Amino acid sequence: MRNYPALKEWFMKTEQPLEGKILTPTFLICGLIFLISLIFMAKRFIYGIGAVSNMSDGYPWGIWIAFDVVIGTAFGCGGYAMALLVYVLNKGEYHPLVRPALMTSLFGYSLAGVAVVIDVGRYWQLYNIFLPWYANPNSVLLEVALCVGAYVAVLWIEFTPTFLEKFGADNAKAFMNKIMFVFIALGILLPTMHQSSLGTVMVVAGSKLSPLWWTRLLPLLFLISCIFLGYAIVVFESSITGSRYPILEETDLLGKVSAVMAGLIAIYLVIRFADVVIRGHLNLAFKGDLNGNMFLLENLMLLIPMGILLVSANRRSARVLFLCAVSIVLSASLYRLNTYIIGFDPGSGWHYFPAVGEIFISLGIVSMEIMAFLYFIKRLPIYRRS
Amino acid sequence: MKIKRRDFLKGLAGSAVLAMASPAVATSSEGKRLPDALGILYDATLCVGCQVCMVACKKANAMPVEHSGSERLWDNPADLSASTLNIIKKYENGTAKNKDLEIDGYAFVKRHCMHCVDAACVSACPASALTKELKTGIVSYNKNACIGCRYCQVTCPFNIPKFEWDNPFPKIVKCQLCSHLLAKGQIPACCGECPTGASLFGPVKDLLEEAERRQKMTAGKYYEFPVSDMSSTKIQIHKAKNYMSHIYGKSEGGGTQILMLSGVPFDKLGLPVLPDHSYTAIAENIQHTLYKGMILPIVAFGGLIFLVKRAEKNKKS
Repeated sequence: MRNYPALKEWFMKTEQPLEGKILTPTFLICGLIFLISLIFMAKRFIYGIGAVSNMSDGYPWGIWIAFDVVIGTAFGCGGYAMALLVYVLNKGEYHPLVRPALMTSLFGYSLAGVAVVIDVGRYWQLYNIFLPWYANPNSVLLEVALCVGAYVAVLWIEFTPTFLEKFGADNAKAFMNKIMFVFIALGILLPTMHQSSLGTVMVVAGSKLSPLWWTRLLPLLFLISCIFLGYAIVVFESSITGSRYPILEETDLLGKVSAVMAGLIAIYLVIRFADVVIRGHLNLAFKGDLNGNMFLLENLMLLIPMGILLVSANRRSARVLFLCAVSIVLSASLYRLNTYIIGFDPGSGWHYFPAVGEIFISLGIVSMEIMAFLYFIKRLPIYRRS
Repeated sequence: MKIKRRDFLKGLAGSAVLAMASPAVATSSEGKRLPDALGILYDATLCVGCQVCMVACKKANAMPVEHSGSERLWDNPADLSASTLNIIKKYENGTAKNKDLEIDGYAFVKRHCMHCVDAACVSACPASALTKELKTGIVSYNKNACIGCRYCQVTCPFNIPKFEWDNPFPKIVKCQLCSHLLAKGQIPACCGECPTGASLFGPVKDLLEEAERRQKMTAGKYYEFPVSDMSSTKIQIHKAKNYMSHIYGKSEGGGTQILMLSGVPFDKLGLPVLPDHSYTAIAENIQHTLYKGMILPIVAFGGLIFLVKRAEKNKKS
C-alpha cells in the first residue's frame, strides 16, 4: 500500500469552521435570486401551478420534479456513497470526506422536500401518504416519498454531532455517537431503496418512455449511477471549496475515490449498453434525432472521464479529477432528465419547455442550498483547515 | 453459521437483480378481468358524430362549457381537459368522402377513461385517491385523498386524468363511468343519450360477446344492434361495416373495460399502440419481489448494522 503523508496530518486535525464573512458577493447574488423566486412562489400558491409553469396534462412533471427532486436527491448521494465506502467496504481512510458529503446530502434532500411541497397540487393534504388508510402499498411513488421523508430525518440526526460540537455539548455528542450506528445503517439502507425506486417510478410510464431509457433495469441503473454521482459530487465540491478556502489538500484521497468511481461507471456502462442492445434498440441511438443524440451525449460524458480516470497517472492531477467529476455530474443529471422529460413522449401535440417562473423557483431552491452551504462551512466544523 | 460480508452482499444484490431481470409475469388480461366488470362498447361505425354524448356527459357531471377557437357560442372543446370528460374526435383522410374508410374516408372516435383492467393510475397513486371498484372495476377518484402529485397522469397510457392547472386548489378530473348514476339504477349518460347505439353500456363479458358477434357480420348486410344498454329491449337495424379484425381494449395494456370497434385502424384514430401486458404489472413485480413483507430490507438493515459496528470498531483500533 502506498504511503500517504498528507493523510497522517489530516487525521491529526479535526474539523473547524472556515470563518470569514457571510455576506460575500456570491451569497448576495444567491439571496437576490431567492427573493425573486419568492415572488413566483407566491404567484403559484395564489393562482395555481399553471400561472408560473409550462407543465401540462401531457407533461405533468417538469423541472421541479426532474431537476429539484430527482436530480437534487441524486446530488445528495455523496453522503450515501461515502458511507458505502467507509462502512460497508470498511475503508476508514475515507472518513475525512464524510462530513462535507453528509452536509451536501442534507441540503440536497431537504430542499427536494421543499420542491415537493411547491410541486404537488394539493399540498395541504400531503400528509395523507402517512395515513395507513390512504397509503397505497402498490405505489412506487409512495415508497419513494416515505423513504425520502425518513432519510431527511436520518440526515439531520446524522448531522447533529456537528451542531453539538459547535455548541460544546460534549455529553450529548458522546451519546449521539453511541447510538449513531443505527442511523448510519438507515442512512445506507434508505437511499438504496429510494434511489433505485426513482428508476422504477418511470417503469410504470413504459408506454410513453423511449426504449433508449425504458427498461426493467431502470432501478439498477438509477442505483449505480446515484453512487458514482455521489463520488463525483464529493470530488466536485471538495475541489471548489479547496480553490477558495484554506482546507487540507485532498487530492490523494479524491484520486482514490475517482478510481472507485471509474470502476462503477465501467460496470454501469456495460449494463446500460448490453440492455439497449439485447432489447434491440441501439439503432435509435444513431437516428440523429434529439433522443438519439441525448443518449449518445449522456453516455459519452461518462465514457470519456472513465477512460481518463482508469489511468492512474491522471488521478494525481486535481484539475483532471475536477473536470472528470464535472462531466460525470452532468452526465448522471442528463440521464435523469432524459428519463423523466426528454425521453418522455405523451403523444403528438404536447411540448414542454420550462417557463421563466418555473425556472426561477428551481433556481431559488438551488440558491437557498448554496447560501446554506456557505453559511455552514464558515460557521460549523465541516472541513479540516490547512 | 457465520455469513461472510462478501457473500451476504452478493446474496442481497443477486436477489435484487433477479427481481428486475425476471421476465414479465404473464398478464393475460382475460385472467384478470373481474367477472362483474362494467364497461362500454363504442362502435365507431355506428357513431354519427352528433356529440349528444358530450352534452349528456357535461350535464350529468355538472361540467362547465368549454370553448376552442374564436366562436364562443357553444361547447366545443378541442380535447379532453379538466372541464371535458368525454369527447368525440374526427379522423379524416384525402377527400374524406367515405365514412369508416381509412383512405379518402373519415371516422369518429370517442375518448374518455378506459377503466383499465390493470389500471396504471390506481397502482401509481401514492394516496389511494384513484381506486378500482372491487366488483364493477370502475376507476374512480377521491379528492380528499389526492395530494396532487400527478403521477397518475405520468403513468396513464391514454393520457386520461386531467389536472386543474389554473386552480390554486386543484383536483384531478376524469370519467368515472357515471358511478353516481349507476348508484341510482341508471346507466352512464353518454350511453343513455346515444341515439344510434354507438356507445353501449353493459357487463364487459356481454360486451365482448357482442363485439365478437359484430365482427362475424357480413359487411353490407343488415343486422339488429342493441341501443344504450345490453339489457335494454331497444333495438335498431343497421348495415354492418367492414370491421377491423381487432377489438381495441381486449388486450391493450392488459385489457380495458371500454372496448372499441372501428372500420379504420385504431392508431389512425389516435389510440395508442400498446403491448398485451401492462407496465404496471412489471413495476409491481419488481417492487413486490424487493419489498415483499419487507424481508429483504430488514435483512439488509441487520447486515448494515453489523457492518457499521465493525467499521466503527476498526476505526477505534
